[in-house]
Amino acid sequence: MSLALPDRDWYKAPAGADKLWIGLALLWCFVMSVMMPFWHFRGKQNSRGEAYAVKPVAFLERTEKFAAANKVGERGGIPIAEPAPGGDAYLIGRMWSWYPILKLRQGETYRLHLSALDLQHGFSLQPLNMNFQVLPGYDHVLTLTPTSKGEFTIVCNEFCGIGHDKMIGKILVE
Amino acid sequence: MSTATSPVPAAPVRPALPAGSRRCDTTGLTVCLTAEKFIKLNAVCAVVFLLLGGIAAILLALTRWQAVHLLPVDWFYRILTFHGLNMLIFWILFFEVAVLYFTCTTPLKAQLFSRKIAWVSFAMMLSGAVMVNAIIIQGKADVLLTSYLPLLAHPAFYLGIILVAVGTLVGVFNFFATLYVAKRDRTYEGSMPLVTFGATAAAIIAVVTLLHGAIVMIPTFTYSMGWTPQPDPMWYRMIWWGLGHQSQQVNVCAMVAIWYLIAHLATGAKPVNETVCRGAFVLYVLFINLASAHHLLVDPGVGSAWKIWNTSYAMYLAVLASMIHGFTVPASVEVAMREKGHVKGLFGWVMSAPWRNPAFAGFVLSLLIFGFIGGITGVTLGTQQINIIAHNTLRITGHFHATVVGGTSLAFMALTYYVIPLIFRRDFIWRGAARLQPWLFGGGILLVSLGMSFAGSLGVPRRHYDIESAGIYGPATHLFLGVMGVGAIIAVVGLLLFAVLCVGTILFGEKNAGRPMADWGTARALVGSRAGSLAEDHWAMKGTVALTAVFLACFAVYYFANWKALADVWPVR
Repeated sequence: MSLALPDRDWYKAPAGADKLWIGLALLWCFVMSVMMPFWHFRGKQNSRGEAYAVKPVAFLERTEKFAAANKVGERGGIPIAEPAPGGDAYLIGRMWSWYPILKLRQGETYRLHLSALDLQHGFSLQPLNMNFQVLPGYDHVLTLTPTSKGEFTIVCNEFCGIGHDKMIGKILVE
Repeated sequence: MSTATSPVPAAPVRPALPAGSRRCDTTGLTVCLTAEKFIKLNAVCAVVFLLLGGIAAILLALTRWQAVHLLPVDWFYRILTFHGLNMLIFWILFFEVAVLYFTCTTPLKAQLFSRKIAWVSFAMMLSGAVMVNAIIIQGKADVLLTSYLPLLAHPAFYLGIILVAVGTLVGVFNFFATLYVAKRDRTYEGSMPLVTFGATAAAIIAVVTLLHGAIVMIPTFTYSMGWTPQPDPMWYRMIWWGLGHQSQQVNVCAMVAIWYLIAHLATGAKPVNETVCRGAFVLYVLFINLASAHHLLVDPGVGSAWKIWNTSYAMYLAVLASMIHGFTVPASVEVAMREKGHVKGLFGWVMSAPWRNPAFAGFVLSLLIFGFIGGITGVTLGTQQINIIAHNTLRITGHFHATVVGGTSLAFMALTYYVIPLIFRRDFIWRGAARLQPWLFGGGILLVSLGMSFAGSLGVPRRHYDIESAGIYGPATHLFLGVMGVGAIIAVVGLLLFAVLCVGTILFGEKNAGRPMADWGTARALVGSRAGSLAEDHWAMKGTVALTAVFLACFAVYYFANWKALADVWPVR
C-alpha cells in the first residue's frame, strides 16, 4: 500500500497491461515531439521569435517615418499606412493604442515589425485568433502573408494597465 | 523543546511509541505531535486563503460574464491580482507544507526535525502572504500575478512574495532534514513508502522552483526600491515562469501522491508496480524543469530551436510520467476492487466503488478533470506552433483551471475529508452536504474550464476587463462566457460549502479521540474474495485499459484538430 513500506524486492520490470500502456504513451510522446520539427520545415505557421534590440524612441521614429511615407488615408486621427508588397511594416503597441492602421494586400508577404513603447502588450489578431507577444526593447519581426480579405481587429491580450481593454487596432486586407 | 535532539529509537518489529507522538485511533499509525501542530496551522491558513481566493473568483467571473459585468475596471484587475496570488500561491503552498510535514513523519514513524524551523517557516510565509494581500487591497500592486516588468508594484508586494518563497524553502528544508534523520536513525527499513517518495519528488522540484523565484524577485524588489536598474522584460519572463510554471509541477507531484493516498484509504488499493510508479515520479524530477518555455512560445528573442527543444524537452518524458500515473492510479483501484470480488464486466468495479465517500469522489473527479481536460489541453496548447492560436487567450485560463483547480485543489479538498478527522480528531458535521461537495465543486469547475476554453478558441483574451470595446465578439462568445459564469457560481458554492464544513467541524465537530473516525464509506470485500489474489495477474485491470484507450483517442483527436485549426490561419514565420 502506498502509505506503508514497500516489500524488500519491490523492483519489478513493468509487465502486461502497464508495459503496453507505457509503450503506447511513449510512442504518442514521440509522435508529438516529431510534429513540431516537421511543421517547422513543412508547415506554414511558425513562431521563430526573430527579434532585434531596439530602443523605444528609435522604434517610434522608424514607425512614424514609415507611416508618413506610406500614408494612404486616416481613420479616427490614426494614419492608414500601406507598405510595399514584400516590404517592411511597423506597428507600435502603447498605452492604449496600436499605431498605425495597416493596409495589406491578399497573397503578399510582409515583414511586420512589432514593438512596445512602454509596457508589455499582446498582439492578438481577430477573428483569426493569431497571437504574439510584444515587448519594449525588442523589435519582433513576423513574416506574414494575409490569405483572407477584410477588416481585422488587433486586441491587446497582455495586461497593460487600466485602459487595457480599450487598446484596439486594425489591419485592413484587400 | 527541539525535537532535533531527542533520540528516536531504531525500529524493532513492533516499535514502542516514540516520545512526542501518539498512535492514531483509526489507522494505528504513529503521529508526530509537532508535525500535527504544524499540519493544523498550515492547513487552517490554506483554507482561509482558499476562501479569500474563492470570494475573489466569483467577483471576477461575474465581471467577465458580460451580461453581469459586476466590478469597476480598477477593482477588476486588483481582484484578479488578489485571486491569482491567494489561489495559486498561498492556498497551494500552505497546503503543500502540511502535506510535506505529514509525509515525512507518519509513514516513516519519524519525528519532525525541528519545531523552531517549522515556526520560522510558518511565520515567514504568513507574514509574507498578509503583506502581499494588504498591499494589493490598498491598490498599490495592480500588476496581476505575473507582475511583468516594466509594470511596477509597491516594493512590499515583491518583499512579501520573497518572504513566502523563502519561508516555504525553510519548510522544505525541515522536510529533507526529517528524511535524513529518519534514515540515519533507521526509523524505517528499506525504501520509503510511495506517498513519501512522491512528496520528496515534489519537494525537490519546489527547491528548484523557489530558487527561480528568488532569482527573479530579488532584483525586481531592488529595482522597485530604486537601488538597481530595471531587469530586462524578456529575462524576467523566462525566469518568472521558472517559478510560475514549475510551481505547478510541484502541485502535480503532490496531487498524484494524494491520489495514491486516497485510493489506498478508500479502497485499499496498492501500487500495481512500485517500480513504474516511482519511476514516473523520477521522470517528473528529471524532465520537467524547462516548462517555463510554454509561456514564451510566441515571444521575440528566443528562436525556433530553443522553443521546440524546450517544449518537448527529452521527448515529453514528463508528460509520459503523467500518463503513467493516469494508468497506474485507476489500475490500482480496479485491481483492489476486483480482489474484493467486484468483478462483473469491464466496469462493475466502478459501480461498486465507494462513491459516497467524498474523498474518493473528489479524488476520481480530480483525476478525470486533470487528465481529460487539463492534461490534453495543456500539452496541446504548449505545442510550439499551436500556441500561436492560444497564447494569452481564455484557452490558457481554461487549461489551468482544469489542472490546478479541478485537479490539485479538488484533490487537496478530498484529502481534507481525512485530514480533519485524523489530525484535528473531529468528525465532520453535515456529512450529507460533505458527500455532495466534491460534485458541486468539480462540476462547477468543469463548466468554468469548458466555458473559458471555448470562448478562448473564439479569440477572447484572458485578463481582460471588457471585450465589448473590440466590438467583434458575437453571441457564441457570450454564451460560453455565460457557461463560465454559471460554472463559477456552482464552484464557489462548492468552495464556500467546503470552507463552512472545515471551519464548522474544527469548531463544533464531534471529538473522535479514543475511537476510529466515522467511516465515510470504504470498499467492502465480498464473501469468498481474497486480498492479493490478483497480484500476479498483469492483465486484471481491463476496465482501466479501456478507459486509457478512450483517453488516448481523445488526446489524438484534440491534438490533430488543433493542427488543422492552425493550418487555416495566415502563414507566418
